[in-house]
This record gives sequence, structure tokens and C-alpha cells, in this order.
Amino acid sequence: MTAPLGDVVRQLGEWLRGSGPQSDVVISTRIRLARNLRGFPFLSRASVEQRAELVQTLATASRRAGDLAKLIHVDVEKLDELDRQLLVERHIISRQHAEANGARAVAFDREESVSLMMNEEDHLRMQVIRSGLQLEEAWELISRVDDSIDQQVEYAYHAQFGYLTACPTNVGTGLRVSVMLHLPALRLTGELEKVAHAAREMKLAVRGLFGEGTEALGDFFQISNQITLGRGELDLIDDFRKDVIPKIIEYELAARRSLIKSRQQAVDDKIWRALGTLRNARLMSSNEAMQCLSYVRLGLHTGRLSAIDLHTVNELFLQSQQAHLQKLQGERLTGEQRSVVRAALFRSRLGHINQN
Amino acid sequence: MGPCEKCKKAQATFHLTNLEQHSIKEERHLCERCAAEEGLLGSEKPVLDLSHLMEQFVSGGKASAAALAGLVCEECGMTYIEFRNQGVLGCPHDYDVFAEPLAKLLESAHDGATHHVGKSPRSLGQSRKPTDELRRLRRLLDEAVTGEDYERAASLRDRIREIESA
Repeated sequence: MTAPLGDVVRQLGEWLRGSGPQSDVVISTRIRLARNLRGFPFLSRASVEQRAELVQTLATASRRAGDLAKLIHVDVEKLDELDRQLLVERHIISRQHAEANGARAVAFDREESVSLMMNEEDHLRMQVIRSGLQLEEAWELISRVDDSIDQQVEYAYHAQFGYLTACPTNVGTGLRVSVMLHLPALRLTGELEKVAHAAREMKLAVRGLFGEGTEALGDFFQISNQITLGRGELDLIDDFRKDVIPKIIEYELAARRSLIKSRQQAVDDKIWRALGTLRNARLMSSNEAMQCLSYVRLGLHTGRLSAIDLHTVNELFLQSQQAHLQKLQGERLTGEQRSVVRAALFRSRLGHINQN
Repeated sequence: MGPCEKCKKAQATFHLTNLEQHSIKEERHLCERCAAEEGLLGSEKPVLDLSHLMEQFVSGGKASAAALAGLVCEECGMTYIEFRNQGVLGCPHDYDVFAEPLAKLLESAHDGATHHVGKSPRSLGQSRKPTDELRRLRRLLDEAVTGEDYERAASLRDRIREIESA
């Protein structure tokens, strides 16, 4: 049942391939649905036996659902901490799922687009992640996954409140849309407030990802909905698709153009210094690595840099994170050792490229 | 969803992950109000603040705190006070037991909404009106053609035919 996780370390999930629409600004689109089974308490009140039975029931349901039969099942409870962290870094499970106690499992496909978390905060959290901006596609896929499971089990559903969830902030559709954005130019021009404003207007939350200590948010952000009740899934998705995300993409691209036009040398300096650091450093924290990769990515997408391809950047983005690093190295490493190994990884992968 | 680490009351909706030197992770979970105080957001009013809403609601006296404190689910044993402290419910039946206070809370948290709109389980058989789905797919097909995404257009056309012939 448990898959050899060693294999996944060297691959990239579909969502990190950088191939989706608008991938110059949008890293990925994620949609998740929260579901619970009728006849069981929510997890805070579930006994050890009930937790085990839930995993069993959900795993069986997904194996019986025709199009989900080929998912890879992993017993998260039995994984060691490093393997759980690996799945978090790949966005296959959430941090909460990794850190929880008791029976829990995940099933995911080879592309790492679909994942079913069993016994997360709710009995079932299913998600689809796609590269770039693919809201409609992600919804079609997750909705079909939901339908397949629905044929095998009975969901907890309420005529007034919709799909019942452990936390009432998810009740109704149980839908959470998260779009991950790369906004280096808006940070450089000090215009991130525009993003916060656009999101807030539509009652969406902004989360920083890999934010730098000194610069509060860094360059990676997630925009997600908070309201799940009273509006249909497609309406909730349309807020992102038609309104907020196109607006933010436009802000970021305008900021990139304006930077290149008015401060080209300063931008080039940031990009090339970042590349220089990646190619030469002997100690590299993950914080610094993220920031350097952010500038290199900006260089690629503004045409200031062509010696590296996006695939390599995305691969390094994933493999330089701590669990991946230790898996690749084949041993446990302290923080300082990770800095040494991380720097060596960048040198070996980027050392040969031609600078132009 | 945990509480804000600063005020310890409101629900954290603002999550920062700092990867410090030698990749020691520092995480911050703040409610919008505290994030704004720290200058991480603009100074505008928070959008959604479940715990603040709950407090306001429980102490606000629309229903007396004593009456709410007496609410208990006979299926899972969860009391309303426990729910208020933990933020998660004990079982699906709690939605009926706590229906009255929950309805108001949900209304505040979900922008005035009181009823679910959207998908429902297959067994109820209401939501899958093929006409709605066809209308949606045709709209997407138009968009795909306009955007010259012919691969997607072809797959949408297949889906439409599939539904029409079913």
C-alpha cells in the first residue's frame, strides 16, 4: 500500500512544470473541497476506531471509483517526519495533515494533480493543483473526483447549510480556491498594497509564502476565498477568474514593464547578482535561495536572462527545500549542513551555464 | 485554523512563513486586525473575523450566555461553550443543535449568507441539471474558441456531445 517516496524526489508535479496559462505570474491553481461522512462524528470527537474506520472507508471508496482506482495510497501515520515534510513541500498534503496524530492517509496521482487527504481537519479533503491559471479545468477535475467518491459514500449534507464541515468557516460548498502568484515587481515597486486591496474588496485572503523576514511577504503569495456559504462554486471561482486574478496579473506585468523601462540596470543587477550568488555561494539558507530564485524567475519572464530554463528553476525551487535536500542527500542534516548541501546543489546545477 | 498568536482571540487568517538563516522555519499566524497593527496590511477594516464575531455575539446578549451554555449535542456531547473555545464542531448533528446561534454566526462570517447555494450530493438529485451544465460548457467553448485554444475547445465539444447524447 505504501508507495516508495524515494522516487518522487526527482520528479516535478504537473503544477510545478510552469506550463499552464499565465505562468509568468501565476505559479499554480489549487481547488479543494471539504467533505465529511454521514454517521461519523467530526474528527475532534472521533475515537481511535472511528478514525481507522474512516480511513478504511474512504480508501476503499476511492479504489472502487473507476477513475480514481490508480491513485497511490500512502499511510501518513506510518511515515517518518521527513517523508511527511516531503509531501508538504510537494503540496500533496497540508502541514496540518502532516502534524496531526492518529490514523490518516493520502491518495494521489502520478502527476500529483489530485490528492485525497483522509482525516485532515475534515474526514476528506480533496484537492486538485494545476500549473498556471487553470480555474475552470481544476474545478471540472475536482468536481468529477467529488462525484466519483459521492457514488461510493454518503456525505454529511444539510438542506440549509450544505456540506457540513468541522469548522463552520468551510460549511456550504466546502470550497477553497488558492491561486499562488509570483509578484516580484510589485514588491520592488512597493505596490503590494494594491494586491491586498483588490483581494480584500472581494473578501479574499492573502497569504505570504516563503516570505522573507525583513521584507514581510517575499515574492510568493496565495490568494484564497474565505466565504463558502451562500454562493455557488462557479460564482466563487468567477471572482478569481474574471476579477481579482486578471487585475493582479495586470498590476504585476505593468510593474515589470515600468521597472525595465525606468530602472533597467537596477533590475538587471538584482537578477545577475542572484544568479551569481546561486552559482558561487558556499552557505545558502532556504530564505536566501527563495529570494535568489525569485529574481532569476523574474529575469526569465522579462527576457533579461535566457541561459536557464524555467524547468530548472522550478526543480531547484522544490529540491532546495529541506526535506527534498535531505532525501537527495540520503541522510539527515542539521541546519548548517543543509546550507552547505543546498549551496552545493545550486553550484552543481547552475555552474555550467553560459553567462551572457 | 488556529487562533491569532498575538491577540490569542481572533482566528488567524494571515499566515506568514519565514525561512530564517539555516532554514529554521518561523511561522506567524495573525488575525487581520493584528496583521494590520504590525503594518503587514493596509489600515482598512478586517473582512472576516470569526472569533471576534463569536465574542461579540455571545456577550452581546441577543440570546443570553446562560441559554447558550446549556446547549449540548446529545449525539457527540459537544457543548456550545466547547465549540466556542475550540472553533470546531463535534459532529454533523451540532449544526441542528446549535442552529440558532450558528445561523447568526454564519451570517456574519459568510457575508450575510444563510443558505447553501451550489452542488449537492448525487443522492438528492437536484443539482445536476444538464441544461445548466450545457450552458456553462457552451460558454466555456465560446471562450476557448475566442482565445484560440483549440485543444480545449475540442475537449469541451466532446463533453457537450457526451451530455447531449446521454
